[in-house]
Amino acid sequence: MQKSQTAVRTFLENFRKRAGSILHHGDRIWQLLTVGMGLGVALLLLGIGWMLWQDSADARTVFGWSFLLPTADASWNPVLEHFEAWPFIYGTLITSAVALLMAVPISIGIGIFLAELCPGWLRLPLGWMLELLASIPSVVFGLWGIFVFLPEVVEPLGSFLGAYLGGLPLLGALFAGPIPASGASRLAASLILTIMIVPTISAVTRDVFLAIPRSQREAAFALGATEWETISQILVPYGLSGILGAVILGLGRALGETMAVTMVIGNSISSAVSLLKPGYTMSSIIANEFAEAVSPLHSQALIEIGFLLFFVTLLVNMAARFMVWQVARKTPQEGRG
Amino acid sequence: MNASSGSTHFIRARRGYAGRRIVNAAMLVFTGLTTMLALVPLFWIIGYVVYQGGRHINLAFFTQLPTPPGVEGGGVWNAIQGTILLVILSGIFAIPPGVLAAFYAAYYPNTPLGIVVRFSTDVLAGVPSIVIGLFLYALVVVAQGHFSGLAGGIALAILMLPTIIRTTEEMLKLVPPTLREASLALGAPEWKTSLQVVLPAAGNGLITGFLLGLARASGETAPLLFTALGNEWFDFASLVRSGVETGLNPFEVFIRIIEQPVDSLPLTLWKYAQQPYPERIQQAWAAALVLMGFVLAINIAARLWIVVRARRMKG
Repeated sequence: MQKSQTAVRTFLENFRKRAGSILHHGDRIWQLLTVGMGLGVALLLLGIGWMLWQDSADARTVFGWSFLLPTADASWNPVLEHFEAWPFIYGTLITSAVALLMAVPISIGIGIFLAELCPGWLRLPLGWMLELLASIPSVVFGLWGIFVFLPEVVEPLGSFLGAYLGGLPLLGALFAGPIPASGASRLAASLILTIMIVPTISAVTRDVFLAIPRSQREAAFALGATEWETISQILVPYGLSGILGAVILGLGRALGETMAVTMVIGNSISSAVSLLKPGYTMSSIIANEFAEAVSPLHSQALIEIGFLLFFVTLLVNMAARFMVWQVARKTPQEGRG
Repeated sequence: MNASSGSTHFIRARRGYAGRRIVNAAMLVFTGLTTMLALVPLFWIIGYVVYQGGRHINLAFFTQLPTPPGVEGGGVWNAIQGTILLVILSGIFAIPPGVLAAFYAAYYPNTPLGIVVRFSTDVLAGVPSIVIGLFLYALVVVAQGHFSGLAGGIALAILMLPTIIRTTEEMLKLVPPTLREASLALGAPEWKTSLQVVLPAAGNGLITGFLLGLARASGETAPLLFTALGNEWFDFASLVRSGVETGLNPFEVFIRIIEQPVDSLPLTLWKYAQQPYPERIQQAWAAALVLMGFVLAINIAARLWIVVRARRMKG
């Protein structure tokens, strides 16, 4: 009895000591955990890429490069199991390009207004409103798009563009009408994308301007520049790589955006180039067909599109980050008081 | 000639002073106008969703399971429960790793791994959500052999991760270094300092980060299309009851629940918006109102909190 009690006591004491020493030197474990989780984020990216690459192996060997190449009569036929992705690649490229074209001037204007011109008390609320716009779920954009935006904005605008620009020599092909009565078209997708990427580009642009040291502005003013001359000839060139980064970041958003685009683009596989025609993007074909893809080759083809989307957005985002970091790096730690 | 003429080789002003001032005013007005322009869709969307959703929302919407298409009545109780389940799961999967990674990013920002962590966090934030859905399909759904809430929860966790890491990192940097140094100087090991001194000091900030991540994840649809898939009969209560009746322990019941396909509000909205039945479209508007209200409320609360907190830390 006595003996067993002391045995238990010494065991407990030993245990407490060992546990204490492990916990006291638990920094090893802590470092392992933090380093592990940090590495985990990087490995996650590699894992996503690797998995999609693996799972599209058959589609890649069967269709080769012709899967991606621009052809006028690309076929996407689940019955005959022949897949070529050009219509979707084109849809993604044209909608993103048009969205950027419209979003960039607006966003840079907003960035300049928020960082340089707007009164202090208004800066925070305006910034928040843009963030709210960015945080509205994509499906809500889509729902609003179907029932309000398509009939009230896109259809009239599309008819107008078709009537006045459809006859132009080169650009005409882009505006060949008529737009479908529902308004669902690539133009609608581009406009919705514009609304969705403006907050991203303008927020980063604003931050870039805010990072530019005050001395740059003071020097320009001292030389007699007006406010706009300071902005356009001093600040914009100074922060150019950051602004370009913001634009590229917006491009990344536009390339990958799925739900709102799927709901308004009309989802039809066509070889027409016109903005006023319904189309498809890479992300929306995956959203629409993946859950119903029956044959292995069909889902592999969709995964290959997914891999392409991943790869492109990865490159785009890396480029954007490098450019935004460039501004921060060359700026001395002076800031604006 | 005005005073600036001596600098024309630097400031490329080819017009006279009046011209320059007109250009200046015009461009300043233009930037203000673009800002107004960007806010038009914000108010248009919020206003219209509140108007339509408010008209069609009722108690049944929150408490009943869906009726068959074309039949009046019914609600989205399944989707509400599914959203809650997905949010809880994604929190479990995203918060601990996110916070640990943020500790590394905050305290070793200029080591090679620290740069890698911050860089990959930013890049991960830009990966299209549908691609993350494909990844989880290949990783979990194929392995399990069926769609599940588990796969959906992990997909949302990956979407949340960058937000959690970035905001946690910012909050950890706001904690005065003296606090940490004091704890280390008293002989507390680093892990204890981090968990018991730094983390509580940054605690509220962490909650904001989680809330922002949650707001983003709870509005996402694309990654759920082929992971959680949707389930019109999903009901916690009946799942628990049938689990208990077959004599499973609580853990097994939980596993059984997360192995079901689940619905979520955005998924429901997406499906209903494309159906030809007016009742379903009305419910889609109501779902949009609930979803948007939830997301906007969390966003506003989290941002207010960040501002208040940053002010307090500074002062």
